[in-house]
Amino acid sequence: MKNTKNHISPPRLAEKLLNWFIKDELAEEVLGDLDEKFYSTLKQHSARKAKRNYWFQVINYMRPFAFKFFKNKNSFNNNAMIKHNFKVSFRQLIKNKGYSFINIFGLAMGIVVAMLIGLWVQDELNYNKYHKNYQQIVQVLRAEDNGEGGISVSNSLTTGMGTLIKESFPDQIESLFMVRSRTQAPVIGNGELKFRQIGVFLQPEGPEALSLEMIYGTTQGLKEKRSILLSESLSAKLFDNENPVGKNVQINSSADLLVGGVYKDLPKNSKFSNATFFSRLSLLLGETPEAFNVWNNYNIDVYIQLANNVDQDHLSALIAEKVKSHYDDWAKESGQTLFLHPMKDWHLRSEWEDGKQVLSSEMKFVRLYGAIGIFVLLLACINFMNLSTARSEKRAKEVGIRKTLGSMRKQLISQFYIESLLYTLAAFLISLLLLKALLPWFNETAGKAIVAPWNIAEFWLFGVAFIIFTALVAGSYPAAYLSSFKPLKALKGGLKFGKSASIPRKVLVVFQFTISIALIIGTITVNNQIQAAKDRPIGYSPKGMITLAPASPNFRNQKELLKKEILNTGMAEAVGFSDYSVTSTFGWNHGFSWEGMDPNYDKSFNTITISNGYADAVDMEFIAGRDFDPNLETDKNAIIINESALKEMNLDNPIGTIVRYNPGWREAKNYTIIGVVKDMIKGSPFQQTDQSVMFLDQEQDYMSYMFIRLNPNVSASQSLPAIEKVYNEILPEAPFDYHFADDDYNRKFEAELRIGSLASFFTLLAILISCLGLFGLSAFVAEQRTKEIGIRKVLGASVINLWKLLSKDFTLLVIISCFVAIPISYNVLQGWLDGYEVKTQLYWWVFAIAGAGAILVTIVTVSFQAIKAAIANPVKSLRSE
Amino acid sequence: MKETRLGDFEETLLLLVGILDKEAYAFKIAEEFESQTNRAVSIGAVHSTLNRLTEKGFLESEMGESTAERGGRRKRIYTITASGQTTLQEARDFKIALWNQFPAFAGSKLNFNV
Repeated sequence: MKNTKNHISPPRLAEKLLNWFIKDELAEEVLGDLDEKFYSTLKQHSARKAKRNYWFQVINYMRPFAFKFFKNKNSFNNNAMIKHNFKVSFRQLIKNKGYSFINIFGLAMGIVVAMLIGLWVQDELNYNKYHKNYQQIVQVLRAEDNGEGGISVSNSLTTGMGTLIKESFPDQIESLFMVRSRTQAPVIGNGELKFRQIGVFLQPEGPEALSLEMIYGTTQGLKEKRSILLSESLSAKLFDNENPVGKNVQINSSADLLVGGVYKDLPKNSKFSNATFFSRLSLLLGETPEAFNVWNNYNIDVYIQLANNVDQDHLSALIAEKVKSHYDDWAKESGQTLFLHPMKDWHLRSEWEDGKQVLSSEMKFVRLYGAIGIFVLLLACINFMNLSTARSEKRAKEVGIRKTLGSMRKQLISQFYIESLLYTLAAFLISLLLLKALLPWFNETAGKAIVAPWNIAEFWLFGVAFIIFTALVAGSYPAAYLSSFKPLKALKGGLKFGKSASIPRKVLVVFQFTISIALIIGTITVNNQIQAAKDRPIGYSPKGMITLAPASPNFRNQKELLKKEILNTGMAEAVGFSDYSVTSTFGWNHGFSWEGMDPNYDKSFNTITISNGYADAVDMEFIAGRDFDPNLETDKNAIIINESALKEMNLDNPIGTIVRYNPGWREAKNYTIIGVVKDMIKGSPFQQTDQSVMFLDQEQDYMSYMFIRLNPNVSASQSLPAIEKVYNEILPEAPFDYHFADDDYNRKFEAELRIGSLASFFTLLAILISCLGLFGLSAFVAEQRTKEIGIRKVLGASVINLWKLLSKDFTLLVIISCFVAIPISYNVLQGWLDGYEVKTQLYWWVFAIAGAGAILVTIVTVSFQAIKAAIANPVKSLRSE
Repeated sequence: MKETRLGDFEETLLLLVGILDKEAYAFKIAEEFESQTNRAVSIGAVHSTLNRLTEKGFLESEMGESTAERGGRRKRIYTITASGQTTLQEARDFKIALWNQFPAFAGSKLNFNV
């Protein structure tokens, strides 16, 4: 019995358990005690009891004091230690004011750029999310042959299509509403108050589907035949802050509309944000059912709110099939088909090439800016790490002394981490201030209405994550590397960082300057591109001309009188009318034919109707032929074409050529070309001008635009009031809300100017950040070589020699960056320019300037430190030790 | 400042450490406690309390020699510090003072004022 007992040992599993949880320093004594207990129990009791007791003892050791996972908080005074860490960090920060400033400020700038871009991207991605039925709303688009062998996609449909779709799919469609395609800007008035306002004309189901937030009235406010919903801001303009529901407003000084409600202004990132009111589509098209069953006039947009769980692709195919059976000949011939475009894609995925969806320019910018943001932030982070690392090498001695005094490695690590945390935190706080200061400016430049994200939890979460990440990465080198030093080596100063330590730093400098140089090249090219478009001949003279949009139904009857009276004041040189503004490319018709035309030719022409005097008012330049002559009755059958049209028609002798015009919606007629004018840039100045044909106004039913060329010898402050007086006498119901044509023209550059100014801003920051980093690094290098410089000086080196010595390395790095940056930016910019019809060249001097600029900035930055080190008294640097 | 009041169990253990002298390690103390009080106690509970007493500064410890039945492992021998002794004495004096104020015992033959 005793023998067998000798071979019994404590239960293995229990021993393992104990070993797993117990503190290492306690393991020996505890295991010993438990063994003793076990064998003493075994002597008196059974093996089972002894084993059970062993388990009991092990489990009873599960106490906080014995767990290895519980730090022994009393082994040293932690609070004091952390306080000490902060104190030392703060003293370091104060001691090296220059470095700290460069470090913190550089990082803060990087963060603020990243934040601004992040907010911008967020805003872009959240387009139209304001509408509650965001997921269900789709627009019906059409694709068809564009007459040049390609497929074009457009938004305007016919009312017949809308009505048919609505009636055919009652189960899948929650609601469908049609909207007048072309932007309408009538004059809305309440008594004496009259304003020209952009508005949307739609069917009464629209406001509900778009989930307008009503302040007064309901979304059903358009049920009444002549009714209108006002935006909060328009309502405030017209009615102060009273409740206008039930009152009337006048549209274009003619019809009274009942105000059915007031809705909260739509946010700027909604498709309908331009609209200051919603009114009924039938005001434009008529109330009759026939008006909503037209099949040859593509003038409305169709929006559908789908029922839940409807398969979009399937419905898309069904709709296309259904509508196809109702097509007229033209639609059939062009291979027209319809498809659905969901609301979430409206803003960022809405460009097509040959019927296939391509990356929209908006999406490209989201990516481009996103990339710039990440790069700038990366630059700043790299700088931050670089400087922290460079500086920490100076602290090898400190580490040595701390270690000799008994510092544990863990303590050193936490010291370095706390330091980098403190810096990052300071940078983050500064960046918040910068964000607050810059946001209004940024909104204006970027054309956004972004609000500061102070109460968005994700923003703070992101911020905290960023701080921790940056602090960890920036602090990791000193924390991991410096803390591993043998104290003796570190103190003796035999510590060599060698070449390998400086290589990553060099790579980072090259990386930084590559980005900076690429951004410089990009910015110059964007500005070149804008300039290239600005330098194009406009074809007319926007300067000194004002435009008035149609505002009153009486205008038609009074326009000749108006023209006569305005000319009588002597304040205007010429007055003319046209059915479309000179800054728009509306009015397209096909059906032109002429002798010698390619029989397959079926391109549309931009067609406008102009009055006598229009040519003088806008100052068109005739290349051949003449303007319409009011005294020639035959000019009613004459046309003027532009240079692009001349090229399209391929005529050798255009004047006198007969052109047959058969638009389909009225009988065919023959016209004679009497004049050819230079192309007028009416659309985007970055696109080729369209082929266009001008007809003489025949007292048609059009509301028309008026163009007045002011007398150049009289100042505008004198001539405008005189013209206004005449205008108000003849048309008292219409506001004299003129635009200077050159303002309108310049607005066409807005998008590009926006890119230009944002790009300039980011570039400037990138350069600044890179320079700050370089400045800090060169200072560090100069300081490391103080002794060397001292000895060289003593041995007779001149200041120039020393300057060369110190600047050479960095200049070389920047030259390498040039060679990396130039091909990259060339490719990217070539791709960007390919999207434009009118484009600048990638001039060699752009690259030269960027490269030379970067090198110059580098030399200046580095020289500052180099010269400072070179002219220092060598005695000072050599004496110390 | 660490709490320096003594609990009942702590006081007992402190005394046992004194009694066991050179043999005062966790297992022996637990054995002694069981045989003296007839109450079961786990070694872990004893160890934990010894640890606490050390933190309070009443005990000191160092590793002693090893024996065969411990699998050759060393034991941690505890000794009372001066402050431990003072605290023990104070605890005793305090209780006697209380006993002496209790009239039923104060006048009797029982005299704790040794």
